[in-house]
Amino acid sequence: MDTIKEDVIILGGGMAGLRAAVAAAEYDSKITIGLVSKLYPLRSHSVAAEGGTSAVLNAKDSFDLHAYDTIKGSDYLGDQDAIEEFVRLVPEQIYTTDHWGCPWSRNEDGTIAQRDFGALSFPRAVFAADKTGFHVMQTLYSRALMYPNIHFYNEYFATKLVVENNLFNAITTINIKTGDFVVFQGKSIVFAAGGAGRLYQFSTNAHFVTGDGDGIAYRAGIPLKDMEFMQFHPTGLVPSGILITEAARAEGGILLNNEKKRFMSTYAPNKLEKASRDVVSRAIMWEIEAGRGIKGEYGDMEYVYLDLTGISNLLDERLPMITEIAKKFNGIDAHTEPIPIHPAAHYTMGGIDSNVKTTTLYPNVFAVGENACVSIHGANRLGSNSTNECLALGNVAGKVAAEWAKSHDFASVSISSVNDEEKRIWEDLLKRNGGENVAKIRDDLRINLDKNVGVFRTEDLLQQGLKNIKSYQERYNRITIEDKSSKFNMELQWALELGFMLDLAEIINVGAIMRKESRGAHYRRDFPDRDDKNFMKHTIASYSVNGPQISYKPVVKTKWEPTVRSY
Amino acid sequence: MDEYTVEIKRTDVDGKTRMQTFKVPKDKVSTVLETLLYIKGYLDQTLTFRYSCGMEICGSCGMEINGKPHMACSFVLDNFKGDKILIEPLKHFKILRDLAVDIDPFFDKYKAVKPYVIRNDDGNYQKELLQTPKQFDEYIDYSMCIKCGLCMAACPIEGSDENYLGPAPLTAAWRFIADNRDQGKKMRLEIVSGAEGASRCHFAGECTEVCPKGVNPSFAIQKLRSSMIGLEFQKLFGGK
Ligand SMILES: Cc1cc2nc3c(=O)[nH]c(=O)nc-3n(C[C@H](O)[C@H](O)[C@H](O)COP(=O)(O)OP(=O)(O)OC[C@H]3O[C@@H](n4cnc5c(N)ncnc54)[C@H](O)[C@@H]3O)c2cc1C
Ligand code: SF4
Ligand code: FES
Repeated sequence: MDTIKEDVIILGGGMAGLRAAVAAAEYDSKITIGLVSKLYPLRSHSVAAEGGTSAVLNAKDSFDLHAYDTIKGSDYLGDQDAIEEFVRLVPEQIYTTDHWGCPWSRNEDGTIAQRDFGALSFPRAVFAADKTGFHVMQTLYSRALMYPNIHFYNEYFATKLVVENNLFNAITTINIKTGDFVVFQGKSIVFAAGGAGRLYQFSTNAHFVTGDGDGIAYRAGIPLKDMEFMQFHPTGLVPSGILITEAARAEGGILLNNEKKRFMSTYAPNKLEKASRDVVSRAIMWEIEAGRGIKGEYGDMEYVYLDLTGISNLLDERLPMITEIAKKFNGIDAHTEPIPIHPAAHYTMGGIDSNVKTTTLYPNVFAVGENACVSIHGANRLGSNSTNECLALGNVAGKVAAEWAKSHDFASVSISSVNDEEKRIWEDLLKRNGGENVAKIRDDLRINLDKNVGVFRTEDLLQQGLKNIKSYQERYNRITIEDKSSKFNMELQWALELGFMLDLAEIINVGAIMRKESRGAHYRRDFPDRDDKNFMKHTIASYSVNGPQISYKPVVKTKWEPTVRSY
Repeated sequence: MDEYTVEIKRTDVDGKTRMQTFKVPKDKVSTVLETLLYIKGYLDQTLTFRYSCGMEICGSCGMEINGKPHMACSFVLDNFKGDKILIEPLKHFKILRDLAVDIDPFFDKYKAVKPYVIRNDDGNYQKELLQTPKQFDEYIDYSMCIKCGLCMAACPIEGSDENYLGPAPLTAAWRFIADNRDQGKKMRLEIVSGAEGASRCHFAGECTEVCPKGVNPSFAIQKLRSSMIGLEFQKLFGGK
């Protein structure tokens, strides 16, 4: 067992983690930062973000409008004080990344351009064509290379947060390349390990978005918030699930059913295709249920069309990536043919219970990005409101973590807790021998969530879903990891990830059963209305050996009264 | 045939190599990445390779497919006639295990060209730096590099000289030089003028041919070379 000491540990090299690392490095050049990530930073899911990032840059726009759009989008589950503070932090981040080299798309006069996005009342999405996440990530990674006090630990898989007296003192990892068990001792830690969108089979997320950060925090006693809110993006490309950005509809793309008819007027008469994601996803599912989906070349999955032929003149300049994707992956020329799409799991609104200062239950543990639940996004995140959160709050998290490190000493590592973890992996997990296949359990779990805990939920489906999850947990006790090698043992990593996924699936499912209303992405057919009297509150899931303990926490309201949400 | 025959070059952690053949049902997979995931999930759990995004944007999954460097995730099997697929690790990289190679030296070279905007007023972020669409067009294509390393595997110079900076790092140098917000041109040109820099390129053009993102490293290196001549000229005649 090796121990590595760094003042600040950042868990995750995506957009949130990189932004935090740079902020911490800038705060004080004498503070050392260990950026621990299971992927090389540029391989993180964040590079896939496509359409844009919302920021108030125009005098005709306002912070109040951005806040209001976010709050309405959240179906009044977002904390309004946090949202008001958040929107004010964003513009500076756009200019900062511009100075660092981000190729933001431009107006003729050389200023940064903005465009429309779903459910925005002003076109405030700043964008880098449809490769926003990719370019921001290149910019942040490059910038991070400038600081000698940022140390990259690439392909280190974190497994456990070591806590004593309510303070973190270390995190245990496996160095994937060597198979060594490595302990990182730190003064403070920032969780930036991303969401859990790969709990679902049909998903826009990168393969390694498996909720490890949520799982690690939860097992260490940090509560998770609002996990039942999983966003389904209306336009996942069939059959791969690759995202077709919302910008495609914001720029004028339309949705068609099997009769080649536009159908959004039935569901969102004003905003049509530009309505909020949850609204559009349900509309598509209803069309398919009513027999107006298309069943064709792509196996069993029924779909509808996204038609971009009406904006073919815009595709090459404003939507080059999705045009290329349609061509490369489906052989479809989006200039002349419609694209097959179906709602896909996309964004984890829930996460570590935190706030706009990025603090959590333990004073030296911070959380940011998709790993955190502030809550800005409430029951439904607006498109273009995540990358800006990674930037704005990543900056906050890096600073506060560095501040803590500057004024505190290292606590000694709780050795027995570390030893327990080493035993759990090498004595228990790797020695299990019941013959159950890790990939098979994972596939079953994902299909189960798609089916029973998906866009439409009912008591019966959810009860069935939970029963299934329990059976997978039981099978997990009987897995056999066939790969016995210590070096680069990806199967072991899959097994560890699956462990977290099973915990999270249960939390999502239990939260969904208990929330007997419909709000944002959580839609109960048996309770189709929002119930502010009983459920305008956050779900809090805390760890216990018997499964998640659920409690609730009030939503913070400043000046926006909940009203009926229509688009 | 309703099966693909997939032949994979395996390398174990002690460096021993062997060829192994798998049969994969066609209706279960549509890309090479899905094929590998199917094999790892259900046929041989020890198979090792890198992947992440599945949409050719993260740069993880470069490998030699039927003798040429490709991204596994965007290698669509429908577009390819034939039932046999040969998969090997990327050339010119040290193999760690099976198809996973050591990419650290590649990222070190990338870092060596100072791939970030350098400015003497750094720290003042009140407003954007103006950049017209025309100025934007000067560098944007070169900024599309996903650091996949395919060009490094295709480059004949990389094959004979592992210290050569190589196509992608040199392209990164040009990407920042060509950005009107940057002021680090001179420093970067010094770096790429070194013995292992742009002058080693023979313009074989293999890099440009294999690049999945249409980056055109070969052209970027040409641009660098002409700027280097400019710099030499300045040095000789003391111009500014
Ligand atoms: C296809 C797509 C398009 C999107 N488009 C937009 C958009 O246009 N606008 C917008 O605002 N948002 C968009 N989003 C959402 C946005 O991209 C994400 O929410 C955001 O990038 C998340 O960043 P992150 O840094 O929190 O997490 P990630 O980028 O997922 O990074 C997580 C990091 O944690 C590390 N990690 C995870 N587990 C472990 C572990 N066990 N040990 C060590 N390291 C670990 C990983 O290696 C990785 O580096 C999009 C999302 C998708 C899927
Ligand atoms: S230049 Fe092209 S081939 Fe080379 S690393 Fe970049 S994207 Fe890959
Ligand atoms: S998996 Fe990301 S490029 Fe292939």
